[in-house]
Amino acid sequence: MRIPLSWIREYTQFPATGTAEDLMADLVKVGLEEEGVHAAELSGPIVVGEVLEKTPEPQSNGKTINWCQVRVVPQGQQQSLTGDGIDPEGVQGIVCGAHNFEVGDKVVVTLPGAVLPGDFRISARKTYGHLSAGMIASVKELGIGEDHDGILVLSTLGLDPEPGTDAMELLGLYDTAAEINVTPDRGYAFSIRGVAREYSHATGTEFTDPASLVTLPESTEPGYPVEIDDAAPIYSVPGCSSFVARTVTGVNAAAPTPAWMASRLRLAGMRPISLAVDISNYVMLELGQPLHFYDADKLTGPIRVRRAAAGEKLTTLDDKERQLHPEDLLITDDSGPIGIAGVMGGASTEVSDSTTSIVIEAAHFDPITVARSKRRHKLPSEASKRFERGVDTQLQAVAAQRAADLLVELAGGTDTGAATQVGEPALPEPIVLDPQLPERITGVPYGLQQITQTLTDIGAEVREQDGALLVTPPSWRPDITIPEALVEEIARLVGYDQIPSRLPVAPAGRGLTAQQRRRRTVSAGLAGAGFTEVLNYPFYSVEANELFGRADVEQPLPLVTLANPIAAQYPTLRTTLLPGLLDALRRNTSRGFKDLALFETGAVFLPGDRQGSAELPGLGAHPGEAVIQSLKSGIPEQPLHIAVALTGSEPAAELGAAGRPRDWADALEAAHQVAQVLNVELEVAQGAHQAFHPGRTAELKLNGSSVGYAGELHPKVIEAEDLPERTSVMELNLQELLSAAADQVTAEPISTFPLTTQDVALVVDQRVTAGELEVTLAEGAGELLEGIELFDVYAGEGIGEGKKSLAFALRFRAADRTLTAEEASEARAAAVALAAERHGAVQRG
Amino acid sequence: MAPTPAETPHPLDEAAIEQAVAAALSAFDAAADLEQLKEARLAHTGDKAPIVLANRQIKDLEKDQKKQAGSLLGAARGRVQKALAARTEVLEAEHAARVLVEEAVDVTAAPRRRTLGARHPLNLLQERVADVFTAMGWEIAEGPELESEWFNFDALNFDPDHPAREMQDTFYVEPRDSHLVLRTHTSPVQVRSLLERELPVYVLCPGKTFRTDELDATHTPVFHQFEGLAVDKGLTMADLKGTLEHFARAMFGPEAAIRLRPSYFPFTEPSAEMDVWDPQAKGGARWVEWGGCGMVHPNVLAAAGIEDPEYTGFAFGMGVERTLMFRNGVPDMRDMIEGDIRFSHRFGQEV
Repeated sequence: MRIPLSWIREYTQFPATGTAEDLMADLVKVGLEEEGVHAAELSGPIVVGEVLEKTPEPQSNGKTINWCQVRVVPQGQQQSLTGDGIDPEGVQGIVCGAHNFEVGDKVVVTLPGAVLPGDFRISARKTYGHLSAGMIASVKELGIGEDHDGILVLSTLGLDPEPGTDAMELLGLYDTAAEINVTPDRGYAFSIRGVAREYSHATGTEFTDPASLVTLPESTEPGYPVEIDDAAPIYSVPGCSSFVARTVTGVNAAAPTPAWMASRLRLAGMRPISLAVDISNYVMLELGQPLHFYDADKLTGPIRVRRAAAGEKLTTLDDKERQLHPEDLLITDDSGPIGIAGVMGGASTEVSDSTTSIVIEAAHFDPITVARSKRRHKLPSEASKRFERGVDTQLQAVAAQRAADLLVELAGGTDTGAATQVGEPALPEPIVLDPQLPERITGVPYGLQQITQTLTDIGAEVREQDGALLVTPPSWRPDITIPEALVEEIARLVGYDQIPSRLPVAPAGRGLTAQQRRRRTVSAGLAGAGFTEVLNYPFYSVEANELFGRADVEQPLPLVTLANPIAAQYPTLRTTLLPGLLDALRRNTSRGFKDLALFETGAVFLPGDRQGSAELPGLGAHPGEAVIQSLKSGIPEQPLHIAVALTGSEPAAELGAAGRPRDWADALEAAHQVAQVLNVELEVAQGAHQAFHPGRTAELKLNGSSVGYAGELHPKVIEAEDLPERTSVMELNLQELLSAAADQVTAEPISTFPLTTQDVALVVDQRVTAGELEVTLAEGAGELLEGIELFDVYAGEGIGEGKKSLAFALRFRAADRTLTAEEASEARAAAVALAAERHGAVQRG
Repeated sequence: MAPTPAETPHPLDEAAIEQAVAAALSAFDAAADLEQLKEARLAHTGDKAPIVLANRQIKDLEKDQKKQAGSLLGAARGRVQKALAARTEVLEAEHAARVLVEEAVDVTAAPRRRTLGARHPLNLLQERVADVFTAMGWEIAEGPELESEWFNFDALNFDPDHPAREMQDTFYVEPRDSHLVLRTHTSPVQVRSLLERELPVYVLCPGKTFRTDELDATHTPVFHQFEGLAVDKGLTMADLKGTLEHFARAMFGPEAAIRLRPSYFPFTEPSAEMDVWDPQAKGGARWVEWGGCGMVHPNVLAAAGIEDPEYTGFAFGMGVERTLMFRNGVPDMRDMIEGDIRFSHRFGQEV
């Protein structure tokens, strides 16, 4: 909401010297937050001139210019202004290209020294053989309109001022506006009336309610016939609780909008359009009650307010045909729909320059009805903004009268006094307020007197009843429905700065949960191991999910799809972290970084059979355990994943030594590091995943079930995704690992007896993996085995076609004695025997 | 230069022996390094050294002369060995010192072999905030990012038709009647905490949140919040203010302060915007808008099944990105989003 300062001054004690910043500084104390300042971007001298002479001078380029003499002081007076190019006699010679004015017209002259919007500085300059000392201005040049037609002739605004009059004053160009942010509960603050009241609360100064300045005459006869027939109220609330119609006849709709009104509308952010439209907007801005004007001669039969019938259509003021919905509340006449209540009027009954008789509509519409129609038709308007927040239920007659008064005053109309009032405007329900409640909620010991006075100040009626207060909120505050809302009013008017400070003591807590602690440890572990954490958006293309989110193309992959994605090409939520991580990798690569190790932890979204819940419970009540469980079970699984992406070398190349290129094993190592931090064991198996290199992929398992993959990306993927060669990645379901970690680790005794090492080389088929052979050897060697390491792989001469030799070092140690060579050899033999049995392994000769 | 051994002296020729000893001592002294000393040692104590040869001749002497010659040569050999040992020690020390000099490197040319990684400062900041609150006995609560509309809105007293619901710029899931949304704030965790925990409840809920804003210097569709909630007997706005002040001082230093301004949120009544006095702010200490707060709305308590009027609560929420931006002087929101390693590395493992 933008508040022209001249306007708020009319109804408050806001000082004449006060600035927009001053106003905002006061209003923020009561909760109207500052947004900005709006002002005309020009400075004088800009004065009224009278055209004394106008000599057309055709030019060689085909144009005709006018050489004008313009008097910019009252007749018989000398110029009091001084400056370069300002004529002391008060008559300026000006070259003007426009032709839409005559000798004797009063115009706006920007004298040398003036600055117009766009930092356009006016000075005397030689042009077309004359010294042109100033400019005869158009509305566009003054920044007060879009009109290209030519210069502003003041008589078209109904003005006939003395030459030399300050035109900025005349046109309201000194005024500025303060813009404030109005929270959605306080619809009444979308009006000068509401903000003026808040200003008086903020400063403790007097306030005049503009509504109180309007005199309602005794209604003599009924006005335009109106019927309300709402057959389908939403939530049993009638769509229209009150409808006032007033008729003003003999209107000159083509009369100009006065400059002061146009100026205020502009500063308030509304474009002046025509006198009638401007008056309806002006009253809305001033009082907060949206109005609609109908051309009475275009209405046929009584106005009826009803819900739309299926299939009905309406062409709205913006010339668009709207398909109406049975929930839409309509204004209709015998011709059919003529407006969507509170949202937008229809084109057929619109007021035009030729309108002579106007029916004013001032109604109270149900906020929910208006909000839904506005959303349905995507028609946010100044009117709907106010109705959906709730307008004053008692203001319709006053606002209609104010509009009628202005039509009489500015458009020469006649107020017949005829008035229609249909419906009973609802009065606010009284609220019982325990006088202790304000202190119980705010900690401030307000006195009873202070509570009563504050609530009276906001316009509420307060009565004492059985030790409690019975508070009837003012009709413009539909947001106040519970005692706590009254407490807020008391607290904000007395001042939030009165609230003391006290640090509450929470019961002894348990600190982070095991999972929270483990998550930190995992991230810190990877950061310590050289990985840099990044955070990527979860918005993916379907293709990215389908390539990286499943091992093979046959696997079903249900996705969460957004109804309103931020970009059409990324409509789904991630099922894997890899695409985001690879984006980050590529971004870093393109910025010149070659050696990269990135990681991310984050949720992925895995919808099950059921997505969501069609029915939602309402507000303000526990819906029951069963309903809550049902809501929860409709929410897709969102396990935490962890992923890394690697490229370049580690360590990096250094003086005299090449770096060691990172590869699949580094990705696998990252998975082991995560597992090691959590003290869980991952099993590694030869894996297959469509996005990975078919020969360089490890499937990672935890207690036999798959929890992720590690390896090198498929060369085709690397090429398609424009990634560095041999980019390697790992992704794990971190949730599974976190859950598998032990709550408490049990120590093992450290044996100090000597180590015995025995090597074994086994020849097996190529298809036998080192991993499985190692597991077998360890199992066969039994409990004396402390560790086992692969130290040589050989295939070729002497081994046999399709075979390979794997050499392991077995490390034996007993907890309680020094092992003999025989004991170690026996254990080794047992290991070899098991390997022979399981894998057909033969000791290499 | 190997000294030429003199002829073999007679074992009783005291002068000749003395001369041989002197020659040995002088040769040792002349040895400039261990290599030369080795040559001198071989020449003067080896098989062909004069004293050794003379010693060998003792056996041919008369019995009464043997003793005299033995003592003479014994003393001579002792002196030679002693001199040799002394010189060896000196030269070895010199050698060791020289090796250290030769092994010297330019430490400023050292390669970086193990580059540490870095945590993302947004996560570090959330952890730091969590630590402030767990130190007060609060616990850290979490909830899903993809959430039921009921938890995100209705349970928080957002009426389906109220403009406040529209102002949240919500990501909705297809189909719309699944009533699933990407949570627009961490507040649904409030409701979940109240439903799942025993009273009193003191929880902080950090996490990712989503709104349909385009990414620019100050907006991002994916951001983070931390939300605090306390519900206990007799809590007031004074407790809210005290908690916020403690938190502000933990984050911005002992000079930090809190200012509340009236505002509106559907899930609090009264509601307030909070400003923090940031003594370290770039360009001088100033008030900075930090977040929203208020007393938990009775409808929220009712939705969580809390009917006992003795229980009141307060809640507050701040943006993590915004906090990082003004606290740590991050000039552009995009720096936090793009994953440029320089951004995280600037912070190390602390924020």
